[in-house]
Amino acid sequence: MATQHSRSAARFMMAPAVFLLLVWMLVPLSMTLWFSFRRFLPLRGGDQGFVWFENYTRFISSSAFWPSVQTTLIIVGGILLISVVFGILLALLLDQPMWGQGVVRILVIAPFFVMPTVSALVWKNMFMDPTNGLFAHLWRAFGADPVVWLSDAPLFSIILIVSWQWLPFATLILLTAIQSLDSEQLEAAEMDGAGHLSRFGYIILPHMSRAITIVILIQTIFLLSIFAEIFVTTGGAFGSRTLTYLIYQRVLESQNVGLGSAGGVYAIILANIVALFLMRIVGKNLDA
Amino acid sequence: MARAVSNPRKALNTAIAWGIGLLIFFPILWTILTSFKTEAEAIANPPVFLAFDWTLENYAVVQERSNYMRFLWNSVFIAGGSTILGVIIAVPAAWSMAFVPSKRTKDILLWMLSTKMLPAVGVLYPIYLLCIQLGVLDNRYALVVILMLINLPIIVWMLYTYFKEIPGEILEAARMDGAGLKEEILYVLTPMAVPGIASTLLLNFILAWNEAFWTLNLTAVDAAPLTAFIASYSSPEGLFFAKLSAASTMAIAPILILGWFSQKQLVRGLTFGAVK
Repeated sequence: MATQHSRSAARFMMAPAVFLLLVWMLVPLSMTLWFSFRRFLPLRGGDQGFVWFENYTRFISSSAFWPSVQTTLIIVGGILLISVVFGILLALLLDQPMWGQGVVRILVIAPFFVMPTVSALVWKNMFMDPTNGLFAHLWRAFGADPVVWLSDAPLFSIILIVSWQWLPFATLILLTAIQSLDSEQLEAAEMDGAGHLSRFGYIILPHMSRAITIVILIQTIFLLSIFAEIFVTTGGAFGSRTLTYLIYQRVLESQNVGLGSAGGVYAIILANIVALFLMRIVGKNLDA
Repeated sequence: MARAVSNPRKALNTAIAWGIGLLIFFPILWTILTSFKTEAEAIANPPVFLAFDWTLENYAVVQERSNYMRFLWNSVFIAGGSTILGVIIAVPAAWSMAFVPSKRTKDILLWMLSTKMLPAVGVLYPIYLLCIQLGVLDNRYALVVILMLINLPIIVWMLYTYFKEIPGEILEAARMDGAGLKEEILYVLTPMAVPGIASTLLLNFILAWNEAFWTLNLTAVDAAPLTAFIASYSSPEGLFFAKLSAASTMAIAPILILGWFSQKQLVRGLTFGAVK
């Protein structure tokens, strides 16, 4: 249906977006690659020439590296587990007939729209503060000693805060998926004597599997780069330093750009591995 | 699924769902309530829920002390500017991909998506350095451009999935009636595309408003939006829960309201059309 004329017009219309994204990707990326091969300390001697892979080996062999990988995995894994499991339960619940469903949906989705710095600070102070926080009041009411959340259980605290932000996202997507399920299929299964559990296990869960995969992949990409929540709560202290935060500290706080850039390249490779899986699913969807 | 259930069962569902909904919403509710308390009431033990002397004092103090309006304006400027600019650039691209697809359209779309996956921290220093050398560190316009580039893939994708749903037959009919490319876009497509464009604007405004990596790292004073304004409360002096709450409420209220309107678009936009 497209003529030669409209084809060239189409290419022309696509050009600005493609060009901008190409520049946005290639320029900083090649700079990061370039810096990663150099000894570059802006405040202590500047650019001191090529060291090739020394930054890469030093980044990995530094004592902060493996703990940060471990922290990243615990935080990302914990949040994924919470948001997927509770997301499924909440989606199933919200799909049930009830009064005021719309309002409940609004209440559940709200945390997703709260800006990260606000949610981190509100949780840190008004809930987790060891003297005046609500949790401290609650603990005292039961005669227990208040917990110093952010230093005694920093990972748990961060997981709690970020899960609160991302659970609504998972719930909303999973709910959308459940609602697209053909109810006749469920009724047929019910008439054939399938109980709640087997209907869930054999019909609802398989139907949701694609949505679950998408939730996991998208969240992983966003969660690998959580920053503000750590920035305003612990500042990377008490073993809450993720890979992203470690790179940030190398680059901007200790101004070791070469080392930080090598870390950045690792982060980019890691994110791309996850992205590859996501793209395959999304790509399949484009064909359909 | 409209299945008939008994009323007791429905009442039970309602009770559980409302309970959980309120529990999840509680931190926001508590923040809003605390913003109307005095500092002493804000930390009272046992906590007071509603029976306190409602006051607007905190809002006045926050505005006076830190010039909230400037941060608000920066947020509006950066989020609004980047979104509008992004849509202007993305509409032609998405239009051509949806209506004049070629063999490479799918590859281009996926490639655009892949730029979104680039972890920001991996390119933090290059961007930081470029901003310094161009003299645009702590500059609103620089942030407009950067946030536009970050959200451009999502904007293109959302628009693409909306445009895809406009039936091609309508275009053919218009062409048969003698409409050229310009008339096609102006009189046929635009009216049909407006809802999709509006949803795209809404969701991306929200995403840009809440963006907290570049806005924290590339601003200091002049261009600092609300994300940075709130972050400045992370090192408190004295009693400040009520003021923190007032500042937080002011930062999230506009977006919370917009967000509720965009629930449906959220799913589509953030899953790149993979879940609808």
